[in-house]
Amino acid sequence: MSDRPKMIQRAAFGDALVELGEQNPNIVVLDADISSSLYTVRFAKRFPERHINFGVAEQNMLIGAAGLATTGLLPLACTYATFATMRACEQIRSFICYAKLNVKIVCSHGGIEVGWDGPTHQATEDVAIMRSMPNMTVVVPADPVGTAALIRQVVDHVGPTYFRMGRNPVPFIYDKDQQFTIGKAVQLREGEDVTLVAMGVMVYVALEAAELLARRGIQACLLDMHTVKPLDGEALLAAAKSAPLIATLEDHNIIGGLGGAVAEFFSAHKPMSVLRIGVPDVFAESGDPASLFHKYAMDAPSVADRVENALKKLK
Amino acid sequence: MVYDLGLLSTLRHKANQIRQESIRMIAAAGSGHPGGALSEADILAALYFHFLQIDPHNPQWPDRDRFILSKGHACAGLYAALAIRGYFPVETLATFRKFGSILQGHPDMTKTPGVDMTGGPLGNGLGAGVGMAIGARITGRKFRVFVLIGDGDAQEGCTWEASMLAGFHKLSNLVCIYDYNHSQVDGSTYEILSLDPVVEKWQSFNWVVRVIDGHDMGQILDALSWAIESRDSPALIVARTIKGKGVSFMEDQAAWHGKAPNKEQAEQALKELMQEEMT
Repeated sequence: MSDRPKMIQRAAFGDALVELGEQNPNIVVLDADISSSLYTVRFAKRFPERHINFGVAEQNMLIGAAGLATTGLLPLACTYATFATMRACEQIRSFICYAKLNVKIVCSHGGIEVGWDGPTHQATEDVAIMRSMPNMTVVVPADPVGTAALIRQVVDHVGPTYFRMGRNPVPFIYDKDQQFTIGKAVQLREGEDVTLVAMGVMVYVALEAAELLARRGIQACLLDMHTVKPLDGEALLAAAKSAPLIATLEDHNIIGGLGGAVAEFFSAHKPMSVLRIGVPDVFAESGDPASLFHKYAMDAPSVADRVENALKKLK
Repeated sequence: MVYDLGLLSTLRHKANQIRQESIRMIAAAGSGHPGGALSEADILAALYFHFLQIDPHNPQWPDRDRFILSKGHACAGLYAALAIRGYFPVETLATFRKFGSILQGHPDMTKTPGVDMTGGPLGNGLGAGVGMAIGARITGRKFRVFVLIGDGDAQEGCTWEASMLAGFHKLSNLVCIYDYNHSQVDGSTYEILSLDPVVEKWQSFNWVVRVIDGHDMGQILDALSWAIESRDSPALIVARTIKGKGVSFMEDQAAWHGKAPNKEQAEQALKELMQEEMT
């Protein structure tokens, strides 16, 4: 597929976290027994007094984060997406979002690209759940550069924030000096035939699909919608001016996530055809991510075909 | 310990006031939870009018002691204590549960001065208190954290996650008071889900535990003094209480968990409470 160098997002996060810990003495990191997996173990070794391992007790970690936030500290609660957003859903909703507490929920293992562990560990509802909570900001970085840059933004941003990463190594998309701003999409490609709006690991898939489409004479605009909430409406409206079709790409159920957010946006602002590409409201299965992405038509060739077909139907 | 009779009688008076205001608020609102508000009143009086290091003029004072009402449904009692203590006018209590009020149906820390943690969904207060106690440790602050839980809280698994962590980390700046009225919405805990043996459960989670009569002001003061002197572990006070305490027809009646008294019932309740005040 790609010759670009790859890196696990969590590793980029873990390195950035140590730097952030040096700069901001209020940062405390909370884990639920998977600090080695989240790469927070580096922070824990450097700042043991500011690291709390709650054991396998996610509800307690999130309610504990709420308590810690009231003492002037800045807690980052770290675990897998399924556990934080579902096991500890009420703690996030009623004690962090409702109480407007400055807690950062940092998760990996978002989406079916988790692969081998199977559907119990593949979070395909997390963005929908987090997005539906008032006061919550939802950030989904696409590559290691975006991960490191956006976690810095998330730490500076005041308010509850959900930060979602994938499991597997992802190709570098951005140069190391690329600038990111919460709430501002990054335009990765220009094109007037279709606009691809992608989040997380699907940004690179969208990039590949756009190249396949270009060979067929279809020019795609591509937006990295790293902030799913608040959505960058300005960028969406600008993209909708030229292209007749918007296609959303997410490693998440097509209900309630990025596709849902974009469809909601256009239903309120401008009638648009929106093709939602993602997990088609099913539980997936164990297996390698490439096979799973192919099965659900989320791989680049499938995406290119689906976009091309959708454009034909519009004519 | 022997207490100044003046202090005991002042605190008993405050508890009675909290009970009366709770009845008035819930009756005026036409909904609310009188049973738990009445059972916790003596404990709230001891905390808000004697033990807590707080400043009603500076509710966000970083070094203040924290209080969390985990059994958030019983917030009429907390709001009454806060108003009487001076966080907001006593007249505000009449707006309880009404549109536009700072006094929500369950505690909202963003709306009510003096409320240190939002609450209502049971089982969460102790975990929030654990977070605060750890926060005090990390920031080097000396404040203490008091969490009031009820039977419903003790049935939630989350309470035990928090209890386990607090015991393991020896959070001696954390005090949990268990308003053990053994009565819940559907009836007695002895019929639904018994919490016994309470003492052994918490001791096995590495807490020090003391059982008291939760309506005996001297015992409450003794127990709170004992709890804050604990140096190596978090302390639990099991306060044996009576749901609906102080109002004859509400006492030990699960039906009064979440039901407002009508006008006549409220008058009767207030009459009884005023009579108790005389004796």
